[in-house]
Amino acid sequence: MRETTPVHTRKVLRDRGVQLLIYASVLLISTVFIWILADLVRGGLAHLSWEFLMESPRDAGRTGGIASILVSTLLILLVAVLTAVPIAWTTAILLAEFIAVDSAFGKAVRFSLHVLAGVPSIVFGLFGNAFFSIYLGLGFSILSGGLTLACMLLPILASTAEAGLRTVPNAYRMSASALGLTRTATLVHLILPAAAPVLAAGLLLGIGRALAETAALLFTSGYVDRMPDSLLDSGRALALHIFDLSMNVPGGDMPAYASALVLVSLLLCINILAMKFAYGLQRRKIRT
Amino acid sequence: MNSSQCTDKSDTFTLGPLEAGPVCCDPQPAIQVRNLSLLYDGKAALDKVTLDIFQGCITALIGPSGCGKTSFLSAINRLTDLIPGCHVTGKILVHNQDIHHPDTHAQTLRRQVGMVFQKPTPFPLSIRRNLSLPLNEHGITQKTEVAAITEHVLRDVGLWDEVHDRLDASALSLSGGQQQRLCIARALALKPQILLMDEPCSALDPLASGIVEDLICRLRGRYTIVIVTHNLAQARRIANYAAFFWVSGRAGQLIEFGRCQHIFESPSHELTAAYVNGVRG
Ligand SMILES: Nc1ncnc2c1ncn2[C@@H]1O[C@H](COP(=O)(O)OP(=O)(O)OP(=O)(O)O)[C@@H](O)[C@H]1O
Ligand SMILES: [Mg+2]
Repeated sequence: MRETTPVHTRKVLRDRGVQLLIYASVLLISTVFIWILADLVRGGLAHLSWEFLMESPRDAGRTGGIASILVSTLLILLVAVLTAVPIAWTTAILLAEFIAVDSAFGKAVRFSLHVLAGVPSIVFGLFGNAFFSIYLGLGFSILSGGLTLACMLLPILASTAEAGLRTVPNAYRMSASALGLTRTATLVHLILPAAAPVLAAGLLLGIGRALAETAALLFTSGYVDRMPDSLLDSGRALALHIFDLSMNVPGGDMPAYASALVLVSLLLCINILAMKFAYGLQRRKIRT
Repeated sequence: MNSSQCTDKSDTFTLGPLEAGPVCCDPQPAIQVRNLSLLYDGKAALDKVTLDIFQGCITALIGPSGCGKTSFLSAINRLTDLIPGCHVTGKILVHNQDIHHPDTHAQTLRRQVGMVFQKPTPFPLSIRRNLSLPLNEHGITQKTEVAAITEHVLRDVGLWDEVHDRLDASALSLSGGQQQRLCIARALALKPQILLMDEPCSALDPLASGIVEDLICRLRGRYTIVIVTHNLAQARRIANYAAFFWVSGRAGQLIEFGRCQHIFESPSHELTAAYVNGVRG
């Protein structure tokens, strides 16, 4: 017994060490997050007010608010998500449910999605400018900005959704099939609900990316800070506004901080909402 | 017509006297399997299996692990269609209808041929929804009818008293044995004519196992049951016929098929004798 003791303590020590390392990295991540948040709050809270949210920018954004910017951002986001989600999710369903993992077609689609996911956003911006703004004649508009963002979102949404669908145990498909359920019924009643949290998480990730996007919108939705009248108007997104204020507008630091605070708060809200939503969906499915 | 007119042909793999079920003379094959071979990614798992499964009888499939019993069952309700790389050759007739014929719909076939899996596979839904979802999908949507079937099948599997006050709880909150009985109930709810059971009792305690065994015996005559079991005593108790599978080389083969008594007491093949007497396998 005596000679096993040192081995035992060494194991315990190693165990403790690993735990310590894990806690340390969690702490590090939280610290970075809290630091950024604190910096934003310190710099932006003083400038943030109801008027700031409700007024349109004046004097290149030095005074006034961000109302028109928020509206444009929301519209761009809406266009992007509404276009990308149906295409991406049906692609994911096709890849995960209807064709074999190792089929040539599936491989080709997956490969192009991976490549698309790695393309820098400025390239999407150039493509969007050439295709939507010029070729399709949409000009610098919320529509071309939103469609460009949709192209960017496609790979993120499709890959996360496919991964989500693949986490659903195959036993569900087998037993559903053995009960004579059709593929559609299985998909609607079992697989999609089971994958909903992952789908929601992917959507979130996508919306986060879209909210924070600047480069892709620079050449597509433009940077006119007026309130947009229609989807064919140019509109400045929030992230672009922050970029413009801090880079091109001397004395724009305070509104830039305040806008950044709004942006991060939005991201936080979307996160919390989506998590609540996914959880609720799961519970509802179990109850009905 | 009476049973004394039965001719004993149990030595062939395809005919034998009916020992239970509806009183009739000629045993009617419910499933006819002819030269069934099954390959996974080109590797044979079953090799030229030919046997008849008789209507209203309980047929036990016995044999060592990996000899293709589960594969055999999946071929009967065409669940093998879902396994990528799985290739089935040979002919299977269910109630005289070729299951691989283009006119045979997989959904219709699978409603006729219910299956209970080796591992319990309840859906991540409520207990009630687990039963009502397949019913709704097959056009039984009337609330009272669904509720009646739910109670009936849950009573059949001896689960009603345990769960009647929490039908809306998640099926995943049930114990393993309860989950398995729920799956049996789910299969029964669709009133299949044939029931394939892949070791339905392996996850059950002796008490629950006894309940299921009694249930299976009560189903005799009304349903045609094919049951895979590693419990030889159980097979002996409940089955009318037994089929013994064995892996020879790499592929599983049907070594012997016949009346249960015959297989267990006077097997014609030495492998069968060794297996049922616990010498090998
Ligand atoms: N999906 C699959 N892909 C490839 N090979 C498989 C697959 N399923 C089964 N096999 C192989 O086929 C053979 C038969 O498997 P099967 O599951 O039918 O055996 P079994 O008799 O049911 O065994 P057990 O009694 O352990 O359940 C095994 O060698 C197994 O490795
Ligand atoms: Mg098996």
